[in-house]
Amino acid sequence: MLSKLLLLISNTVMYSTPLAFGALGGLISEKSGVTNIGLEGMMTIGAATGVSAAYLSGSPWVGFLCAGIAGALMALLHAVASISFRADQSVSGIAINLLGAGASLFLVRIVFGSLNTPPVPKKLPRIFSDSSVLGAFSRLNFEVTAVIAFILMLVIWFIFAKTKWGLRISSVGEHPRVADSLGLNVYKIRYICVITSGFLAGLGGASMTLSILSNFVPTAISGHGFIALTAVIFGKWKPVGVYLSCLFFGLAQALVIQLGGGSLLSSQIVAMLPYVLTVIVLVVFVGRSVGPKASGVPYEK
Amino acid sequence: MDRVSKILRSQFTFAVIAIFIGFLVAALVLGATGYNPLEVYSILFKGMFSKPRYIMNIIIKASPIILTGISFAFALRVGLFNIGVEGQYIVGTIAAAVVGILFDFPSYIQFPLVLLAGTLAGGLYGAISGLLKAKRGIHEVITGIMFNWIAFYAGNYIVNLERFHEPGTTTTYQINASGLDPIYNWKMSEAGLEVIRNNEFIREVIGKTSANIGIIIAIIVALTIHFILKNTTIGYELRAVGMNKHASEAAGINVAKNTIQTFLIAGAIAGLSGALSITGVSHRLFELMAQENYGFNGLSVALMAGGSPIGCIFAGLLFAGLTYGGGTIQLEIGAPSEIIDILIGTIVFCMALVSLIPLIINKINQRGGKKDVK
Repeated sequence: MLSKLLLLISNTVMYSTPLAFGALGGLISEKSGVTNIGLEGMMTIGAATGVSAAYLSGSPWVGFLCAGIAGALMALLHAVASISFRADQSVSGIAINLLGAGASLFLVRIVFGSLNTPPVPKKLPRIFSDSSVLGAFSRLNFEVTAVIAFILMLVIWFIFAKTKWGLRISSVGEHPRVADSLGLNVYKIRYICVITSGFLAGLGGASMTLSILSNFVPTAISGHGFIALTAVIFGKWKPVGVYLSCLFFGLAQALVIQLGGGSLLSSQIVAMLPYVLTVIVLVVFVGRSVGPKASGVPYEK
Repeated sequence: MDRVSKILRSQFTFAVIAIFIGFLVAALVLGATGYNPLEVYSILFKGMFSKPRYIMNIIIKASPIILTGISFAFALRVGLFNIGVEGQYIVGTIAAAVVGILFDFPSYIQFPLVLLAGTLAGGLYGAISGLLKAKRGIHEVITGIMFNWIAFYAGNYIVNLERFHEPGTTTTYQINASGLDPIYNWKMSEAGLEVIRNNEFIREVIGKTSANIGIIIAIIVALTIHFILKNTTIGYELRAVGMNKHASEAAGINVAKNTIQTFLIAGAIAGLSGALSITGVSHRLFELMAQENYGFNGLSVALMAGGSPIGCIFAGLLFAGLTYGGGTIQLEIGAPSEIIDILIGTIVFCMALVSLIPLIINKINQRGGKKDVK
């Protein structure tokens, strides 16, 4: 029983990590007033770049960093379109998803000659190099990426709750005109937030391919960006809430793995449950979710 | 000056520019990775147009995404982001397959019945999103994404039910022949076989393909939606809500009802698209490993069309043509066919910049104005 429970915890944390990176990224972008539907594309390019760079350099950390940069570059496109050109942010986001997926597969095909890559020489490490130091709790030797994601959540919480930076971002996302009149540079703050959001999403993609899997496959990121987007709304645009939402989706996935194919319920029904549950929770408990007021609205000086 | 700004203002002009930029960017990427873009494009176009059969295949591939494109475009006009179009499409395929297998009426009843089942299922499924949005304020993007996955697993569940599952396969049984596409049934009839044997052209474009009536229905739907939006009171109200929700509410338009209605119609169109895929192409429901993207591709089609239902016909054909032809560049010179995704992504990205047009026009007009002052 204990071992099953530990496995469940370990899987929950594992599956929630890529989502947490993506969702925290999405949160920062939305807080500043830019909807980021392109998370999926940014995570995909991170997943592909991470593996390619880790493979070519031999170091998973180089891969991890490059993944963040690739995500940030994708986000820069989104920022240029939605901030400077005041484009429809949803349309631009969808375009980013297409471009991200296309560029990822293109890159992987150029580097490896096929869409399923060989495994990277070294994966990102776990906390302890030897799980046995934890004794019976060896399952709780989490991936380092999970720890990074957790710390990231704390940092973002701190920024929004305790610093003037957080206040500035929120004000730009709520009342850009007022923020502008108070001397804040709305465009600059939004640019920084969107690019950061892409950087984090890229890390999320790489945490999937460099930590959970060990190679890139075209389905490595399939809907994770959209689930991350959901987690932002589900978590009511609060760092802790968003992180907990990701844990919830991770738990659901872990349950599917552990219960799947049982005689009690068909594995398809089990797989469906988290999504049904999300809707029910929203209808019954959460209700009207109100995001940053200016989210999705281009700002014109 | 007026003429120039009028041309620039038109969606069509902008789409053409966007497509041109798409090809340009893809050419640069190809060039940078060591392929000759001209060679790639000539193979691409050969793969699209060199045989009548290819053109028919493109039309067949275009039909479902034209419809999902219209579904998305329609909701967009009312200011709603119907990202759940994928799920509505899947639910359409499920309902069509279930009804097609369970019932066996004469084909003049069965075929419309199967299409109706898919349409209704998609419509009701979409309406749930509308209801939750209207009554509980839950964002349609969240319910849409959740419903996409629920539909996905529901489909796989149905495929694995004993009543429907064909042993030894990952699909359901074929739907009863009475529910299949009329063109397919004609092709398989004595008279049809006779014609196909004797006429080489018909053999090419109908005998060797899954030719079906999907494209005709897609065009009818595009024209109908265009008409509803332009010429009816309902359409006027819907567009008004899309432009300014609060003003419409103040003017006495029932926004909640409008939201539900919009999702009902958008879902119905997506469901119809799914049903047509069952009757026209697959004839059965498959267990899916990943989402097939008929809905998500509809998003791209609608955005390439600038949200116009009639534009979706052309955008759908372009999308289908590029992806169909893209397969051949991989086969013939080994250039990654994913270049097509980059191309299409660039087009959509450029369409996102559509708000630039008025800015450019103003710039031009300003310059013109200055000259007059001189």
